[in-house]
Amino acid sequence: MKIKSTLENYIFVLPAVAIFTIFYVIPFIWVFQLGLYDWDGILPTKVFVGLGNFKEIIFQDPSWWQAMRNAGYITLIALTFQNILAFLLAWACDREIRLKNFYRVIFFIPPVLSEIVVGMAWRFIINDIDGANIINRTLINIGLPQLAHSWLSDPKTALTTVALVHSWKGFGWGFLIFLAGLQTIPRELYEAVHVDGANAWQSFRKITIPLMIPVIVLVAILTVLGTMQAFVLIISLVQSELAGHTSVPVLRILASMRGSSRFGYACAQGIGFGVILVVISFIQYRFSRRARQIQ
Amino acid sequence: MAKSQIPKSFFACILLFTLLVGCYPKPAGKATTTLTVWHWMTDRQAAFQELTARYEAKTAVKVNFDLYAPSDAYTQKVRAAAQGINLPDIFGILGEKRDFASFIKAGHILDLTPYMEENNGTWKNKFFSNALAVNEFPEGNSYTVKAGVYGAPIDTMTIQMLYNKDLFKELGLNPNRPPATFAELLDIGKKIKSANMQGLVSGWGELWMIDCLANNYAFNIMGEEKVLATIRGEVSYTDPDWVRVFSLFKEMQETGVLSLGIITMVNKTAEQLFANNKAVFAFNGSWCVNVYKAMNPSLNYAAMLPPQASDKYPMRIWGGAGSSFMVNARSNNKEEAVKFLKWLTDKEQQAYLAQGTNNLPANKDSLSKIPDILAQFADDMELTTHPNIWGVSEFPAVIEAFDKGIQSIIIQEKTPQQVAAEVQRIKERELAKRRR
Repeated sequence: MKIKSTLENYIFVLPAVAIFTIFYVIPFIWVFQLGLYDWDGILPTKVFVGLGNFKEIIFQDPSWWQAMRNAGYITLIALTFQNILAFLLAWACDREIRLKNFYRVIFFIPPVLSEIVVGMAWRFIINDIDGANIINRTLINIGLPQLAHSWLSDPKTALTTVALVHSWKGFGWGFLIFLAGLQTIPRELYEAVHVDGANAWQSFRKITIPLMIPVIVLVAILTVLGTMQAFVLIISLVQSELAGHTSVPVLRILASMRGSSRFGYACAQGIGFGVILVVISFIQYRFSRRARQIQ
Repeated sequence: MAKSQIPKSFFACILLFTLLVGCYPKPAGKATTTLTVWHWMTDRQAAFQELTARYEAKTAVKVNFDLYAPSDAYTQKVRAAAQGINLPDIFGILGEKRDFASFIKAGHILDLTPYMEENNGTWKNKFFSNALAVNEFPEGNSYTVKAGVYGAPIDTMTIQMLYNKDLFKELGLNPNRPPATFAELLDIGKKIKSANMQGLVSGWGELWMIDCLANNYAFNIMGEEKVLATIRGEVSYTDPDWVRVFSLFKEMQETGVLSLGIITMVNKTAEQLFANNKAVFAFNGSWCVNVYKAMNPSLNYAAMLPPQASDKYPMRIWGGAGSSFMVNARSNNKEEAVKFLKWLTDKEQQAYLAQGTNNLPANKDSLSKIPDILAQFADDMELTTHPNIWGVSEFPAVIEAFDKGIQSIIIQEKTPQQVAAEVQRIKERELAKRRR
């Protein structure tokens, strides 16, 4: 009877397991396997190189690590500027302010736009040669002509410009999740601390932040995963890797696969990148558990 | 009971109808063979369709030209189809010679040599030699491919510099006398800078076009032998001649020859700027004639060779290699596919393609009917060269370091010497890997 019941349970989960295996586990194993070969993606024969591709990524490919650093920088700006902005706006919209539903809609427009469209629109706004040059014109008009320059072609500003546009595009997701999280906090708690004499800052620090930690961690993990893998926006905004200054890991994987015809190496890069993302997510998760325990 | 029998009879009728329709013989006189061609050339789709209609009327063979654009997406589609042994009857390959060689070695491409050679080489002799060379693997080639011709060129191209005659007049220059030397080019660059105009525009965000101009100058400064010796690993990239090549980009940047933001520019943007009279020079392929015509029919421009930086060796430009079609070696319609390619590369069809799409024909006899501006590109056909006919290929990592290095020079991040040293370091790394 118990065996029959157990078997029934397994049968119920079988479709999900089968789909997961076919679309996730098998491709992952296959990609890992390809990462052990030197293969151009066309020839039927592959040359087994063992962990050679992985060694090359770690020890001999500075462009890969430059791309990782660039992605890390964009992620850092997204984690700080983008998420703080999203949190503050969500906090403001959670309060009784006028037109809050209007703001909710407005803040959610950028995330639903296509990355290509956002990139092209911002390129038009920012760029001086094939765009409207609005930023530079504004700077000149407000008496700051010394700040006007080629934002997307200057290696000193290109990556930061990309990061800020990415943050503009992505803050709506964080806003929505933070807002949903804020609305789950019981109002009675705020009323109770108010009765106890706590001011707004104290209730924010002692009620809002501790109860929002799981949501903050969720948003942080989603931000890291989403930002580290960003590349469409960069292609449409900068249109190149700008001598490596705007290269990111996914662009390097594409370059290995398309530019150099090194499918095996590209697979190894993909696996390596995936492992890095999993490790970062795990660290964030552990950190959040610890933070909750301290609170 | 009666309710359930109505739908059954209804479905039975539909099934019977479908079977009868499916078994009905094809009307006599209609096409019995259908060839499928995959390509990426958006500007030629209409002309191809017109030609296929003519071919079907003549031979009863239907040809479907399936367009997959942009070229990146097309490349991936062909590779995926090759991996799945699912290629169409006729297709093109975008990529380097080593990719072409891999397709042949994997058994995807039919050797066209017997067809080219039959009747005393009638088919082979129609083509410009440079156009055919791209599809040819000579005896003892470094790719270890069996010697032969594996593709039929359908057009040719050259990549040159272009200048805007109206903007030349505005700068006080003779519109019929483009710069012939690098020093003259730099002088014009200074005038461009002081007039606050845009200089040279090109798709240097896509890297390969940087490679193209740099190689032009490498051939001009050190000659073909030394360039090829460098690729073979016999000459270092730190050689003064290579440093001189890198330095040219520094000089072009400093004097104002290069347009602002050229290294993040895709070719489409560059074409828009030049077509709209916003840039004095462009570096582009002969395909641009069609593009400019569509963007600005009154654009007043001319083609010119990149100005010589040295009089030691002639200036060479990339070209010859236009678009080519290959026949799937596993296709059931191989013979029909070859016949179609022979017809497509005939004088009449080539002239139609050249006139309709403003591309240089691959057939030598069709040149007489091309527009004047296209003829300027064709005039320098004998100066063309292309990596795909050099017989040796540079390592992809070295090409990338080379092109990105030039980008770094343009943005004044690295010196020519630093870039030369960096490229050589990667070259040595790749050579060591190959030896292992």
